[in-house]
Amino acid sequence: MSDLDAFRAEVRAWLETNCPPEMREPVREEGDVCWGGRNWEFKNEAQKQWLEACVAKGYTVPDWPKPYGGAGLSPEETKVLKQEMKRINARSPLDSFGIWMLGPALLKFGTEEQKVHYLNPIARGEIRWCQGYSEPGSGSDLVSLQTFGEDKGDHWVVNGSKIWTSYADKADWIFCLVRTDKANKYQGITFMLFDMASKGVTTKPILLISGNSPFCETFFDDVEVPKTQYIGEINRGWDVAKYLLGHEREMISGGGAGGDMVSIGALFAKSLGKNDHGELDDPILRAEMAAFDVDVFAYRAMGERFMDMWKTGRAHPASSNMMKYVGTELNKRRHELVMSGGGSEALEWDSEETKGGARARGWLRTKANSIEGGTSEVMLNVIAKRILDLPGA
Amino acid sequence: MPLYHNDDQAMLKDSVAPFVAEQAPVLHLRKLRDEADATGFSRDLWAQFTEMGLPGMLVPEAHGGLGMGHMEAGIVLEEIGRNLTPSPFLATSVGAVAALAKAGGTQAGRWLPAIASGEAIIALAIDEGAKHRPDRIATTATRAGNGFRLDGKKSFVLHGHVADMSIVAAKTDGGITLFAVPKDAKGVTADPRRLVDSSLASHVTLDGVEVDADAVIGEVDAGGEILDALLAATRTGAAAEMVGVGQGAMDMTVTYLKERKQFGKLIGEFQGLQHRAAHLYGEMEVARATVMKAQQLLDEGSEGAKLMVSVAKAKAGRAANLAVREGVQMHGGIGMTDEYDIGLYMKRDRALAEYMGDVHYHIDQVARMNGY
Ligand SMILES: Cc1cc2nc3c(=O)[nH]c(=O)nc-3n(C[C@H](O)[C@H](O)[C@H](O)COP(=O)(O)OP(=O)(O)OC[C@H]3O[C@@H](n4cnc5c(N)ncnc54)[C@H](O)[C@@H]3O)c2cc1C
Ligand SMILES: Cc1cc2nc3c(=O)[nH]c(=O)nc-3n(C[C@H](O)[C@H](O)[C@H](O)COP(=O)(O)OP(=O)(O)OC[C@H]3O[C@@H](n4cnc5c(N)ncnc54)[C@H](O)[C@@H]3O)c2cc1C
Repeated sequence: MSDLDAFRAEVRAWLETNCPPEMREPVREEGDVCWGGRNWEFKNEAQKQWLEACVAKGYTVPDWPKPYGGAGLSPEETKVLKQEMKRINARSPLDSFGIWMLGPALLKFGTEEQKVHYLNPIARGEIRWCQGYSEPGSGSDLVSLQTFGEDKGDHWVVNGSKIWTSYADKADWIFCLVRTDKANKYQGITFMLFDMASKGVTTKPILLISGNSPFCETFFDDVEVPKTQYIGEINRGWDVAKYLLGHEREMISGGGAGGDMVSIGALFAKSLGKNDHGELDDPILRAEMAAFDVDVFAYRAMGERFMDMWKTGRAHPASSNMMKYVGTELNKRRHELVMSGGGSEALEWDSEETKGGARARGWLRTKANSIEGGTSEVMLNVIAKRILDLPGA
Repeated sequence: MPLYHNDDQAMLKDSVAPFVAEQAPVLHLRKLRDEADATGFSRDLWAQFTEMGLPGMLVPEAHGGLGMGHMEAGIVLEEIGRNLTPSPFLATSVGAVAALAKAGGTQAGRWLPAIASGEAIIALAIDEGAKHRPDRIATTATRAGNGFRLDGKKSFVLHGHVADMSIVAAKTDGGITLFAVPKDAKGVTADPRRLVDSSLASHVTLDGVEVDADAVIGEVDAGGEILDALLAATRTGAAAEMVGVGQGAMDMTVTYLKERKQFGKLIGEFQGLQHRAAHLYGEMEVARATVMKAQQLLDEGSEGAKLMVSVAKAKAGRAANLAVREGVQMHGGIGMTDEYDIGLYMKRDRALAEYMGDVHYHIDQVARMNGY
């Protein structure tokens, strides 16, 4: 038996004893996702147990080094762990911007002290983070951002406002892009971290077309940020920001493959019925669903290849933009088909049977996939410029 | 196994890519076409392939081959695609080898070494109509004497008129049986047709063709599994070749975007074209990954291979088709000229798209395999 096979057996046995049955169900609603943080209320005992078991083992962040709360697994071992979790439909023990975005940036740019200080609470789900990048006048053109941090010796005084800050009202801390040099566009931004409970921070929820309001306008009014709370170098936060965006895209693009392994056609064959040949009854919808399934299986292969190459440093640095573009467009297509397949039932907005219009709301939510983390158009710009090396792009 | 080429595979690519590009660039195809070559490919080039050991890549070592896998064959096929090289490699070295190696027995012992040594060209006589429908084979094999008598018509048989042996799929009492029909068998006529991509494919007529009992590849009535192996290998190979065709077309186009000036600018500066080129890049990357996944599953003998093969043929079909269409369009008027190569990519793509099942066929297969 190879080391990897032995590891697989070990993981399998560990999951068998430690993953509660309630956590082996697909995520059905917002509350099924565990975000952690100072004010987190567990949905049930199983959710809590599952998080604690994973934290103890370092499995919330399996590939992070042990001193930072990880399990120190190799890329191959991490892949095995993911496969085994998927095999039993295990839910993610912890979803977190800290894990997906800030963590990788800290691992690359943080000092040893910062890594120990910030990464462990992220791994344990104790501190929930939000991302303060976008501003009302700075979306795709992020580098034009205006929120300003005035140098006061041992601290900055930050003024300005951010927009579309996901979960700002629920987060404990924010990682934030702040201009610290007005004369220098790219080299005048600092990547700061601060507590959302700081004096002068306020948030105001924004209602989305899905009827939910998972994000906010965020205002900074003379917020004091100690000079120790920045990552990388002062005025060189743009490098950190871009690196982090790469990881954000990687995370968002994952949606395209659509979690569970069931094909969309197979899913709807039950409710739509089959004809005498055993084919889904609506031939045009069947063809569209099958074409979509082809693209999903293909995208999964791409995801596997991308991860294999990314983890071993073989991937083009901008290939995460391609993954983000392809994956998010695919996920939007999935939800268009979910709505078609669901027919009038999928239109229901608040009935109990439809879990509060979950399908309709989910469909609307996915429209943001090709906007958040950089729009599809911006992804295509980056591919054209950095991968295809097209002129003047 | 990770989804990228390991060191040995990368080395193979480093030797095959320049070899094909130097010995058989698009000019090689043009020459064969302009001379209306009656063979459809170059025997000299095949001899060079043989010197490099390529025809027997997939042939098991026990039969004189290199015992490599589909991942390696795909490397060769991608270069063949990129250079539009006319070659019997796909049918002979991939499709026929997969069938013979799976079947074993007399025919494997007879033909596999001949393929490895570059002596034998094999044709695959599967299809019977304008569209690929292997579940509707009507050619019959009836017992006669101490062998069989074959009757039927086959279409789209690549190299059918020059092949030393054709693998013929026919209906027998209890199922499908595959036969090795040698070139000189009485009652076989091959009528070669020039296709849009200048290749030659034959309409083959089998009129009371008598073969011995040992012409059966594998077992009587049990050809279904062998046919499946042949189809899986050939479809995956065709998909790999299409990735090469698509990549070749895309590379030409991206280069052109950086050279051609209109409105006082390089046309590659226009965002309208940049976005389409970037979209195409994404589709090609996904297609490449998918084909590699199918190759990997085939090499592992995995159960999931069948589904992934259809996914790969469909996805590569879509992506390569997009590449050649965008290629011609973005070249403007010059893309419509015979003198310029981009049109040849469009032609080759069309032929490969039909070969062993088009995009729609394979999308339908995916639906069936998923139970709807
Ligand atoms: C659900 C959701 C959650 C989000 N969460 C966060 C968060 O937590 N933190 C955070 O900081 N931000 C967040 N965002 C903000 C997100 O990053 C921005 O919305 C995004 O970068 C686009 O900026 P914009 O909305 O200002 O659009 P704009 O930049 O104004 O774009 C408008 C349109 O113009 C197009 N466009 C713009 N520039 C170009 C160009 N050069 N070429 C071609 N087309 C162009 C865009 O593609 C788009 O279609 C979130 C957004 C959403 C929808
Ligand atoms: C079959 C045929 C018959 C023809 N007959 C005639 C005829 O009888 N008389 C005659 O005068 N001409 C004729 N033409 C020429 C035809 O009008 C030109 O080919 C056409 O105008 C395109 O110009 P081009 O070939 O130089 O391509 P280019 O202008 O070089 O274009 C190359 C690519 O760049 C794109 N592009 C160019 N500018 C932009 C931009 N600003 N934004 C976005 N994309 C851009 C184009 O759409 C194209 O995809 C014929 C062409 C063909 C193919």
